[in-house]
Formats: sequence, C-alpha cells, structure tokens
Amino acid sequence: MRRSFLPIIVVIAGLLAIWYAAVVPMNIKMALTAAERIGIAVTPVGAKERRDRSAMRLVVQNTFAIKDTFALERPRLPAPHQVATELWNSTINKKITSKRSLVFHGWITLSSTLLGFAIGTGLGILLAIGIVYNRAMDMSVMPWAIASQTIPILAIAPMIIVVFNSVGLQGIVPKAIISAYLSFFPVVVGMVKGLRSPDQMHLDLLKTYNASSLEGFWKLRLPSSMPFLFASLKIGIAASLVGAIVGELPTGAVRGLGARLLSGSYYGQTIQIWSALLAAALLAASLVALIGLLQRLTLNRMGMS
Amino acid sequence: MSQDPVIEARSLNLTFATNDGPVHALSDVNLTINKGDFVSFIGPSGCGKTTFLRALAALEEPTSGTILVNGQTPDQARQKRAYGYVFQHAGLYPWRTIAGNIKLPLEIMGYSKSEQLRRTDEVLRLVELEDFSKKFPWQLSGGMQQRASIARALAFDAELLLMDEPFGALDEIVRDHLNEQLLELWKRTNKTICFVTHSIPEAVFLSTKIVVMSPRPGRITDVIESSLSVDRPLEIRDSTEFIEIAQRVREGLRAGHGSE
Repeated sequence: MRRSFLPIIVVIAGLLAIWYAAVVPMNIKMALTAAERIGIAVTPVGAKERRDRSAMRLVVQNTFAIKDTFALERPRLPAPHQVATELWNSTINKKITSKRSLVFHGWITLSSTLLGFAIGTGLGILLAIGIVYNRAMDMSVMPWAIASQTIPILAIAPMIIVVFNSVGLQGIVPKAIISAYLSFFPVVVGMVKGLRSPDQMHLDLLKTYNASSLEGFWKLRLPSSMPFLFASLKIGIAASLVGAIVGELPTGAVRGLGARLLSGSYYGQTIQIWSALLAAALLAASLVALIGLLQRLTLNRMGMS
Repeated sequence: MSQDPVIEARSLNLTFATNDGPVHALSDVNLTINKGDFVSFIGPSGCGKTTFLRALAALEEPTSGTILVNGQTPDQARQKRAYGYVFQHAGLYPWRTIAGNIKLPLEIMGYSKSEQLRRTDEVLRLVELEDFSKKFPWQLSGGMQQRASIARALAFDAELLLMDEPFGALDEIVRDHLNEQLLELWKRTNKTICFVTHSIPEAVFLSTKIVVMSPRPGRITDVIESSLSVDRPLEIRDSTEFIEIAQRVREGLRAGHGSE
C-alpha cells in the first residue's frame, strides 16, 4: 500500500502547487483594486491603468498583494484551501436538511443519478439481449443507439424536462431519464460484446447437451459477459451523474448539485461553484469505486479475477 | 464384443462453401462402428477427421449421404443426449469450479441435486481429481483440465464418447499417462469411443479399429482392425505386432499423400 500511496501524494501535491501558482496572476487585479480601495499604495495607480497590464508584471510590481489573492471573497479562481473550507463548511458544518448543505444537494443529485443508472442499466441490458438474440434488432437498434449519443445532451435535456413536465412528471424522474439516456449506451455496447464473448467451443458444448437457448443465456452468455458489464457500469454511473447535473441546469432547479452550480454562477460565487464541482467529482469517484468493489467481489466469487 | 452397429455412415459427403470455393471436407465416407469399439481417426490436417466427428455430433450438416447414430439421425441422437463430446481444448467454464463444470450437463439434463452430487463424485474419482473439485480451472494444469473435461463427458449416461484430439496440446509424458487411464476407463465402462488424433502411437495403442484418412478431398484410405489384445501395458508399444500395425498406418497415410 505504501508504494502506491507515495506517487498519488506526489501527483496531488503537484496539482495543488500548479493551482496555487495560477491563483496569483488570475486574481491579482481584483486584489489590487480591493487594496487600493482601502488606501494602500499600488503601482500603477487606478484600475483603468492596470487593466491592460500583464498579470505577471503586476504581481512582480506588487508582491505585497500576493497573500491577498488567496483570500478574496469572489475570486476569479479560488485557492484550494478556500474551496476546501467551503466544502467543509457546507458538508460537515451544516445540518444536512439545510438548503446550503452540499450533502443535501448531493443527495438530491445522487438519488436521480441512481434511479437513472438503474433505468439505463436495465434498458441497456435488455437492448443488448435483444440485439444478440434477434436479428432484426441486431440490424436496427445499434445505429439508433449511436445516433442518440451524438445529440448534445445539453440540447435535449430541456426538451425532456419540458415534455415530462407537461405530462405532470416533475422532480427526480425527468432528471433520471436524462441520466438513463446517457448511461444506457455504454451498457448496450459492453453487454453486446460480453454476451457474444463465449467462444464457439463453449457454445458447441451446450449444443451437444441439447441445452435450450434460455439455459445458454443463464449458464454461458450471462456469466461470460460479467467483466464486460462491470467495465460498462463504471462508465455508465459517471455518465449518469453528469446527466443528473445537466438535468438540473436548464430548469433553474432549486435543489441538487447542478442547481448549486447554477446559483453560484448567477451570483458570481466562484468558491461555491468550485466546491460543488469538487463535490460532484468526489461523488463520481466514490460511485465508480463502489462499482469497482462490486466487480472485485463478483469476479472473485466467479474465480475470474 | 457384440456386433450392434452404433454408427453407420453411407456415402457421406460434406462440402463447406468458403470464399475460395467449395472445400470437400468429406467425400464418400462409408464406415460402421460397433458397440464397444475404440475407433481412432488419424490423418493430416484437413482430412476431415474432426468434421466427421462433428457430423456425428450434429454440429455439422452432411451435404449428402446418410449417417446414423444408434439407428437415428445425429440430431435425434443429440436430442436424446446419446453422446459425450470432448473438445481439443478442455473448454471448462472459467467461472465454475471443477465440480461445477461437471455438474453443468447434469443441471441441463435435469438430474436431481443428490444425483448430481453422486455422479460428480463418481466421475471425479474415475479421473482421479477428487481432491480438486472445489478448484477453479485455472488452478489446474492442462492435463488435469483435460481429465476434468473427460469427466464432464462421462457424468451423464452417454454410451458414445466423441473425443476430438483431447490430448493434442499435452506433453508426451502426460499424454502417455492419460492414454493408459483412458484405456482403463474404456474397459471398465464398455463405452464406444471415437477418438481423433494426429499421433500414430496413440492411435495404435488405444484402438480396436484405426481409420486412416487423407485430405483434399477428405476420405477414408484404410480401416485397420487391431489384433492387439485388450490388455495393453505401455510396453506393448515395443512389440513386433504393435510396430507392424503402426507401419500399416504409416503406409496408409503416405498413400493418401501420394495421390495429391
């Protein structure tokens, strides 16, 4: 374990260093304007003068302001510790029922993610079975599935929300549909490949037993598709989360990580945006890790890992 | 040995359509195999020995001619589960344990749970794998995997065993050992065995009847009734009788090549 931790820590430290280094020039103009306003001498004088100066030059000329760039209230680029503090305050330090709690918003997004993931996975598996067992579906479904993924989800998401709203469906279901729309595709592709993965000898063997095609499915095709299924599920669950967040954007939703991103951008709350982004990334990472754990357990039991 | 024919092939032809034109895998094959025979099919690649076995198993459809297994068409025989098939590679399902693999045909054929267990134990003992029932295939050597796949074919009551180069991928020493075991098993169970091989010593050592085949078109060039006794220690391979039969097989193979 120790051997794998060290590289990870080095990479994270590197990323943080780059992030901190970027914060200074990104925020220097705002920091200088703020400093000037409370009567500190800056060079050159006047925001207008500084507007066209290069950020690096301003940093060099006003080194005293570097520390200020890390502590602005609405920075162009928040510093890592600001995001971390906001993340901490809006998760651990808030009641989870509060409208400002990221746990609350995360849960809203997570519930439609999981619902959409379940729908998408189920649909994907059913379509894959249809494609593998039915020639007509084999010839016709895949082009449509591919076409569905070439449409930008941002373009179609508002339509889905509006259409479902007009038939009285609100809340997590329309968002889940968008999640499902994104997550069924990797499952279809993976499962078609997986269900077709048994080699001819394994299929011939079942034929010599005069096995039905139902037995062929349960005893051969399904088990041999498991590694493919899990690879697809990992992509699918991350796509589901993206779908749920995107589904929260166009409606002006008041709850969910997407709503948090949207309100952050309305009010210039960059720290809020970044912490919501980070929360979404952490959520996605944990979901993928969870699928990875399920994969390990399942394949271990099947003697295949 | 009784003289009931288990397999009868009459003017059997089988042609594959390929991109390079038709391939005559089997041309005018006539053969009778009796109950309790151990028949080896030997010949170079492309002589149709595997195709003949697959036609017996209803895995290939003959183009013309008739083939009967227990007096029925191969497909009827397949539906009656009249034969066990052992493939060139063990073909065990990697997600099933050895016992699980042997249970596979029994599950499909609807044996009761207790009967499945009894038969699995029995055939595992037969191929000396009783200590490995809970292992997964990858935990076993190639020879042990092949023994497990033979056990799988023995687990249900098929009187006919079709074996397609089952020991082809194994080394000489393991092969000798498995040949002895197979012979032992055949004597004990009195099954009819059709055995495809590339190896002349293997064919002569195992068989009561050796079918020599040659390619393009795939056909039978010689059928040799072995005069060796049923009790065969490995040393029999040094006897004059054995060498004479091997010689005849070799000549048959050479004659087949000469007509190209």
